[in-house]
Amino acid sequence: MTATFIEWGMDAGWAMIVAAIIGSLLIALPLMLAVAMIIYVDRKVWASINLRRGPNVVGPFGLLQSFADGLKVMLQETIIPAAANKGIFLIAPIVTFTVALAAWAVIPFDAGVVLADINVGLLYILAISSLSVYGVVMSGWASNSKYPFFSAMRASAQMISYEVSIGFILVCVVLYAGSFNLSAIVMAQKGHGLGIINGYWFNLLLFPIWVMFFISALAETQRVPFDLTEAESELVAGYQTEYSSMSFALFWLGEYANILLMCSLNTLLFWGGWLPPLDIPVLYYVPGIIWFLLKTFFFFFMFSWVMATVPRYRYDQLMRLGWKVFLPLSLFFIVAISGWLMFTRYGGAA
Amino acid sequence: MTAAQLIKSFTLWEFVKAHMLTLKYFFKPKVTINYPFEKNPLSPRFRGEHALRRYPNGEERCIACKLCEAVCPAQAITIEAEPRDDGSRRTTRYDIDMTKCIYCGFCQEACPVDAIVEGPNFEYATETREELLYDKAKLLANGDKWERAIAANLEADAPYR
Repeated sequence: MTATFIEWGMDAGWAMIVAAIIGSLLIALPLMLAVAMIIYVDRKVWASINLRRGPNVVGPFGLLQSFADGLKVMLQETIIPAAANKGIFLIAPIVTFTVALAAWAVIPFDAGVVLADINVGLLYILAISSLSVYGVVMSGWASNSKYPFFSAMRASAQMISYEVSIGFILVCVVLYAGSFNLSAIVMAQKGHGLGIINGYWFNLLLFPIWVMFFISALAETQRVPFDLTEAESELVAGYQTEYSSMSFALFWLGEYANILLMCSLNTLLFWGGWLPPLDIPVLYYVPGIIWFLLKTFFFFFMFSWVMATVPRYRYDQLMRLGWKVFLPLSLFFIVAISGWLMFTRYGGAA
Repeated sequence: MTAAQLIKSFTLWEFVKAHMLTLKYFFKPKVTINYPFEKNPLSPRFRGEHALRRYPNGEERCIACKLCEAVCPAQAITIEAEPRDDGSRRTTRYDIDMTKCIYCGFCQEACPVDAIVEGPNFEYATETREELLYDKAKLLANGDKWERAIAANLEADAPYR
């Protein structure tokens, strides 16, 4: 895009800035729209599994429900508790939201359709998703209220625990792909399974890793069964308890943007990103972005499905799963995968 | 832990089974009534909003015997009565405090002339509390409005009384 602007007679520096801004908007605005629709889908899926109808009044099939909710929330008053630390209290939702958006910079939607094609994209995502806990911790601390405080403590412990296993899981994928660049990882998956299936999931060593990644992604985004930070039966609404109006909405948008990010990571790392499911020439006539969105949507459906199915873990069970199951398992798979690659790809012990 | 249990826990068997079950429910028809657009059938005995009925000639049925006022367990009914100009005994005031009423139906059971009845209407939410303090005019208006439904319900229920 930068080159186009330079062609139009723009200064190189300005062209870069303008291209960056336009690119960011091109990602952020559809993302917000997607988040609004995905909240609606979420509610519809839970409703269907509960044999209910879900939102069906606002607009055709209730499609405008999220926008109505957004409008309502925007018209509300922002209440700042008297005892709250005002500055941090107001910054926390902004941090959550911004961080959730920032991670999307390196997500490739199609071959070459990526805002920042940096060669350590996966590291960048790890770094950003680690930052996202700060929004929760800040809000819990600044609210100066017991439930948000408990929630923030839980969130920090939980996200650190699962970040560890996610890190190891990503190492497995990087070992196989030989790159940290997300586009390169996707391209490495072309025809990976039996030469015809695109994606790392069709691999005895990587399929369990994908299952672990999916579960860790649930924990990382604080979805059921790992929603201990928002456990409404214990903590009212967790770290969001004292929030209202737009600051509350920002938490929601950030949370769902994070969920979508995790869904798209599932797609990119294990299910072949924008590549069609099978490596057949006919399927390449469908634009890559369609495949990408379809797969991401499918994983979002799985997120909702899990939410409507399983009950919440107890806190010690959550910690046990993170530290005593996922950590040793992912370590084992790193050793197994590197050993396998050593003998198959790099010709035995050097 | 036996081998079977180990395999089960490593393949997340219970989770897979649970998700298959919920997926089955996902495709089942919904049980929720689409309320404002479709409604559940009501029994003829349904005890909803009160109404004071009239005879077909337009004369109000209530003879101010005050049995309903006496039987009302919530003491929601207030009646004042005096003879009318033509000598017949009628109420001058017939108030029901709908916020007190417990919808037990004792008033319609007590009524010797089927004047006070609880009709099939249950959609009379109001914006203020005062609107729920019904007076005689409101009750008679209800009676006029719901007479056909009420008469049909009374007739349907008559064999069982």
